[in-house]
Amino acid sequence: MFESFTMAQASTYAADIDNLILFIGVIVGIWFLLAEGIFFWLIWKFRAKPGEKSQYLVGKEKHVKKWITIPHALVLVCDVFIVIGAVRVWYNVKQQLPEADSTIRVIGQQWAWTFQHPGADNELDTGDDIFTVGDLHVEVEKTYHFQLQSRDVLHSFSVPVFRLKQDAIPGRSITGWFTPTQTGEHDIQCAEICGIGHGVMAARIHIEDANTHAAWISSASAATTP
Amino acid sequence: MADTVADVHQHETHGHDDHHHDQGWVSKYLFSTDHKIIGMQYMFTGMFMAVIGGYMAYVFRMQLAFPGISVPGFGQVSPGEYNALITNHGSIMIFWVAMPVLIAAFGNFLIPLMIGADDMVFPRINRLSFQVFFLSSVVLLGSLFVEGGGFGGAWTSYPPLSASGDYNQTHLGASLWLIAVALEFVAFLLGGINFITTLMNSRAPGMKAYDIPLVCWMIVIASILFMLSVGPLLAGAVMLLFDQTLNTGFYDPARGGDPILWQHLFWFFGHPEVYVVLLPAIGITVDVMATFARKKIFGYKMVLYTAVATGVLSFFVWAHHQFIAGIDPRMANVFTITTLLISVPIAEMLFVMIATLYGGSIRLTTPMLWALSFMAEFLIGGVTGIFLGASGADIYFHDTYFVLAHFHYTFFPIAIIGTFCAFTYWFPKMFGRMMNDTLGKIHFWGTIIPFNFIFIPLFVLGMGGQHRRIYNFQHFPEIAGPEYFQLRQLATIALLVMLAFQLVFFYNVIVSWMRGEKAGKNPWKANTLEWTTESPPPHGNWPVDELPTVYRGPYEYGHPDREEDYWPQNLPG
Repeated sequence: MFESFTMAQASTYAADIDNLILFIGVIVGIWFLLAEGIFFWLIWKFRAKPGEKSQYLVGKEKHVKKWITIPHALVLVCDVFIVIGAVRVWYNVKQQLPEADSTIRVIGQQWAWTFQHPGADNELDTGDDIFTVGDLHVEVEKTYHFQLQSRDVLHSFSVPVFRLKQDAIPGRSITGWFTPTQTGEHDIQCAEICGIGHGVMAARIHIEDANTHAAWISSASAATTP
Repeated sequence: MADTVADVHQHETHGHDDHHHDQGWVSKYLFSTDHKIIGMQYMFTGMFMAVIGGYMAYVFRMQLAFPGISVPGFGQVSPGEYNALITNHGSIMIFWVAMPVLIAAFGNFLIPLMIGADDMVFPRINRLSFQVFFLSSVVLLGSLFVEGGGFGGAWTSYPPLSASGDYNQTHLGASLWLIAVALEFVAFLLGGINFITTLMNSRAPGMKAYDIPLVCWMIVIASILFMLSVGPLLAGAVMLLFDQTLNTGFYDPARGGDPILWQHLFWFFGHPEVYVVLLPAIGITVDVMATFARKKIFGYKMVLYTAVATGVLSFFVWAHHQFIAGIDPRMANVFTITTLLISVPIAEMLFVMIATLYGGSIRLTTPMLWALSFMAEFLIGGVTGIFLGASGADIYFHDTYFVLAHFHYTFFPIAIIGTFCAFTYWFPKMFGRMMNDTLGKIHFWGTIIPFNFIFIPLFVLGMGGQHRRIYNFQHFPEIAGPEYFQLRQLATIALLVMLAFQLVFFYNVIVSWMRGEKAGKNPWKANTLEWTTESPPPHGNWPVDELPTVYRGPYEYGHPDREEDYWPQNLPG
């Protein structure tokens, strides 16, 4: 049944994030099973029996204390590994910015996404820019920079198949990146509550191969040119 | 901190010279300065608010599972109403249930009794604290019925949405919500002063710092954390109120303000706040576990020190709520490290709980079942937090149902399991009668099993990309499939079952209160001082000349020198 809940990995870093989640899952899963296992075993083993008194353990002696201090140290070691994994992924997705093939602008407002595509000349803020509401068109295997803006309140540009999420803040332009790796059509969500229309602030991302994308650009340009 | 024997035992200075004259019902129960009555007032107000919070959860879960239906007892849910419901559900459960019940109700009831004092040091401030809290509850509930409806900008209340009626369409509701929250903080500052001062100054002769029961320590550490963290948020709330009503621009970027400033102020308070409610719950469960495992706590000082360490660390983790909020991405690395570090003291506390069971003689009474389930369930909340504290994984999980399920696995054990644990354990002391154990166990299993069926599906939905605060998922084709709806319905049905079983609890309370078996002074054979007085304790807690003296720590169970397996703190020798 869980296949329905796994999502396509449609960006270069989607697999990295999934692997990090899996890595953390294995570590905390082992701790979880171990702790619950010992816990329930102790409850069963030391259940009250008639005539038997409990033991008087203070927990001060070293050989007793080690049952706390050793796991304590192990938790710390696991934390170090998780931090290293998390920071590596984070650095790749959010901190560094690879060279872009193209730049788009994403503008949130109550309650729709507006996308500004660079058009045939591949430059933003020129006469042939293509504006769409609710549909973002990108070409597969190309690296995009996005400039994320908001016209009113906070929004969050979330593309689950990319494993990408970034809040949009009025008065700022936040730059991020993604490289789609497979064609398809997927959900874009707003992941920050933005008023009564938050639930309808949906959009679609169309990831197209080079030919389809070029065809879309020419047809969309034709449609917008008077 | 007062490490020495508190030599001043202040029973004469408390204004208890009115011990013996009769008070009217109103002055005795509504305007009382008695810490036990104030504790009860907090408890019943908190439980009333919990019923309202639960009703809200019922309404919006019905809407999520069966979008568009007319919810029985509410009607059709509009998007605005949905937002108001989730916002106020969150606010109520944290500020009007977890805090008043865990800290104020049990803090008030237990601290003087457990340290052998006849009342709080500032009984009138204590009364004022409850009155302000009661006022805040009225303002909050009133905000739901004003024009435009209740505030719907989420309990985190991020501006600019929360700062302007043009954006949130609940101009009055938003301001009243903010005023209610601010009033609630004032109430808890007043209460916290009392807890801290009382613990420092009014302890029974002989009670040293390490003889104080952990639950008292935890409530006091929580009060200190609250006092240190709430200031920035109160300042932020005043600025937000000015933005809403006086049209200032503290959070408006067009006028030089910054919306992210609020997030920093809010979470600088908001994360310590998690530990403000967690620590009392841990204190309660540790105390109950010691009593029913008949075991000394495995490392009293370890629990105490890790609680302090958790408290200190909790001031350096707030930005993990803001990884993707537009803060400098380099900052995320720092906050990932501090956030994961906090797993160390928390894990140690849980290890101590587990180790305490070793060598015990465990009785599975109703309060013990609650205490054990706290440990079992909170662990799930703890380990799933690691995914969210790790910045890389949080990019995907942020603001999904995974987050929601995670913090319900922390807050439900804290606020609900912790409360039931304390309530069933101290019920005999509060009302002088035992609760029915069979009904108690039916209620226990009827709460714990559905609880897991509510929130485990929500973990799966969150991993599947379902994001929060959406009143209807039909606009997002990838999360509107039938499998998604089946899981939503499973969670909702489990919620209905869990809510139904709460009737057993209320029935049990009423029946046991009226006709339960008389409890006597010490039904659980426990060590701490509250069990040395009558049940329920009289005004002044002990007869004036019989206030207890303390000779040993609170957890001397199974001591080899004694025939009985317990050794009350007040017995000489």
